[in-house]
Amino acid sequence: MNFTRRDALAIGFGAAATALLPIGAFAEGTDEAIAAFTGGADVAEGGLTLTAPEIAENGNTVPVSVDAPGAASIMLLATGNPTPAVATFNFGPLAGSRSGSTRIRLAKTQDVIAVAKMEDGSFKMAKATVKVTIGGCGG
Amino acid sequence: MISRRDFLQSSMAVAAIYGGSGFGSWSRAAAQQAMSQDQLLDFDTYGNVSLIHVTDIHGQLKPIYFREPSINIGVGGNKGAVPHVTGADFRKMYGIEDGTASAYALSHNDFSALAQTYGRVGGLDRVSTVINKIRADRPDALLLDGGDTWHGSYTCHHTQGQDMVNVMNALKPDAMTFHWEFTLGSDRVNEIVENLPFAALGQNIFDAEWDEPTDLFPPYKFFESGGVKVAVIGQAFPYMPIANPGWMFPEYSFGIRDERMQEMVDEVRANGAELVVCLSHNGFDVDKQMASRVTGLDVILSGHTHDALPEPYVVGDTLVVASGSNGKFVSRVDLDVQQGRVLGFRHKLIPIFSDVIEPDKEITKLIDEQRAPFMDQLSEVIGKTGDDQTLYRRGNFNGTWDDLICDALISEREADIAMSPGVRWGPSILPGQDITREDLWNVTSMSYGEAYRSEMTGEFIHIILEDVADNLFNPDPYYQQGGDMVRVGGLGYRIDVTKPQGSRITEMTLLKTGEAIDPAKTYQVAGWASVNEGTEGPQIWDVVESHIRKQGTISLDPNTSVKVVGI
Repeated sequence: MNFTRRDALAIGFGAAATALLPIGAFAEGTDEAIAAFTGGADVAEGGLTLTAPEIAENGNTVPVSVDAPGAASIMLLATGNPTPAVATFNFGPLAGSRSGSTRIRLAKTQDVIAVAKMEDGSFKMAKATVKVTIGGCGG
Repeated sequence: MISRRDFLQSSMAVAAIYGGSGFGSWSRAAAQQAMSQDQLLDFDTYGNVSLIHVTDIHGQLKPIYFREPSINIGVGGNKGAVPHVTGADFRKMYGIEDGTASAYALSHNDFSALAQTYGRVGGLDRVSTVINKIRADRPDALLLDGGDTWHGSYTCHHTQGQDMVNVMNALKPDAMTFHWEFTLGSDRVNEIVENLPFAALGQNIFDAEWDEPTDLFPPYKFFESGGVKVAVIGQAFPYMPIANPGWMFPEYSFGIRDERMQEMVDEVRANGAELVVCLSHNGFDVDKQMASRVTGLDVILSGHTHDALPEPYVVGDTLVVASGSNGKFVSRVDLDVQQGRVLGFRHKLIPIFSDVIEPDKEITKLIDEQRAPFMDQLSEVIGKTGDDQTLYRRGNFNGTWDDLICDALISEREADIAMSPGVRWGPSILPGQDITREDLWNVTSMSYGEAYRSEMTGEFIHIILEDVADNLFNPDPYYQQGGDMVRVGGLGYRIDVTKPQGSRITEMTLLKTGEAIDPAKTYQVAGWASVNEGTEGPQIWDVVESHIRKQGTISLDPNTSVKVVGI
């Protein structure tokens, strides 16, 4: 599907709430943030699509989108940032599309992680490495 | 799907151009007499569709010398794989005899001696002759330009790309994709593209603000050729705002976007495409990886990394074709397409030997018209090379052109250390040859050529080298940008290409004192081609011209300051 910024702005129809996490909520780190989201349940790799650039054009605003059919909520994390948890998308039962899109600031090269809580209570995860580079020597 | 027999025919096409001559046993006249235009262009027209591929011309309207790299290291899954094979290994791989025209065209050994025998290569008037011959065989052959066309010469710089636009338009391409074109600035690119008489394609050219496709650069175009419905999908250079100054084209975003490439392939197939061609500026390793991830691409015409391969590289059901740079080669690919399937192909990488292929006189006239207003500037001799001195650039680490540029930066800008970008364009100069202003601009011209001078700590210099090395030696091709290593002067180092980012570069040494680089100490660094907005300094071509004039005759010490391990 083509998921655009305009769709993201309109996502309020499908998503009951797109809650930006309060600063410092998961300051203790990525593992702790995931554990808090999953309650310690097992997380399976795959089953959702995380789209991020391989190399960021601008580390200050990196477009990231995630699509997890059947998800009740999706958490996005930037593992190398001082505060890894970026956002959690919550979807109501009538949501036609279980996907979200945002732009995040990445301090350095790092993995971006999406964890989806499925409607059946299981958890799925996808990971993408985004490189933040000073660049400048392409030929 | 692709028969082995056709593949063998492809591999022999270039090897058979010119067989069996031992190095040194041919005079130039005899060699050129033996090598005829008919032989070079000989092609048994095959199937129902013909593709003609040119790419990475970099503003070269006239014949030039171009030395292929001696060092091109592959890492990860590409260790020892094409295109990371050079010299004798390359010739052995493709059955090319030493000293032959093919050896001269495709490998670096004995370059200056073979250049005396076989002469200059390229010239868009010769390219036109080749295109005309293919169109005589197959009138609806598709001519596809992989980009890096409107950049790279004195005239291109001073006309903002108009010289190349005028000449390429006369060759009547069917489609094009892009890279350095964007360094003309988005206003100028938009102005040219709005009036372009052929398709400007890029499925990965996006509007930066909304992260959406643009109207100006459609993802693909359909063509009818030989009764076959052909879809050509464009793929621009993915990392333009990183490798080049993004502030010059802030409205645009790129990226590999292979999920969208798959969507486009599926879309054109659903709309009846029987042959799907990707006109790509990804670079060869990225194209190989994309071919393994995206299904349904029949042919990728690969550009950016300037590789010239005498046969297509096959990934699954996809042919990846690499056609060199600087106007040195034209690829012809004939395909037999039946009921939406490629049943076979025939391929030839045609080297443009400028003394053998007759120029198309109309195009010669058009080229000379572009150059006429600038001839005094172009032809001015600013120095010459010594009797043992070849100037070239291509290779993962410093070429001699880069050494000369770094020497100029250190002496003209009074710096400890010089840095020069690892670009892959720029023709070569033979020993004992005059160096004209045109020659110098061929290896330096760009829209952000200011030569900066700034203070950098040893730690920051290390970060730069590590960063650029990862753009070249990251084992995942999708994290590579397709340039070569930043060239350095006044600095020695050791690089282990197998290590991860942060630990590849060790033993950094300041050459003028022999001391180890101190991470905390500050050094004077001169460089050029910064991607940062507001960079100040004289233009690099003025810096280097001043240096060459002081030297008179250029004779460089061999550069042994970079130690490469892990190959």
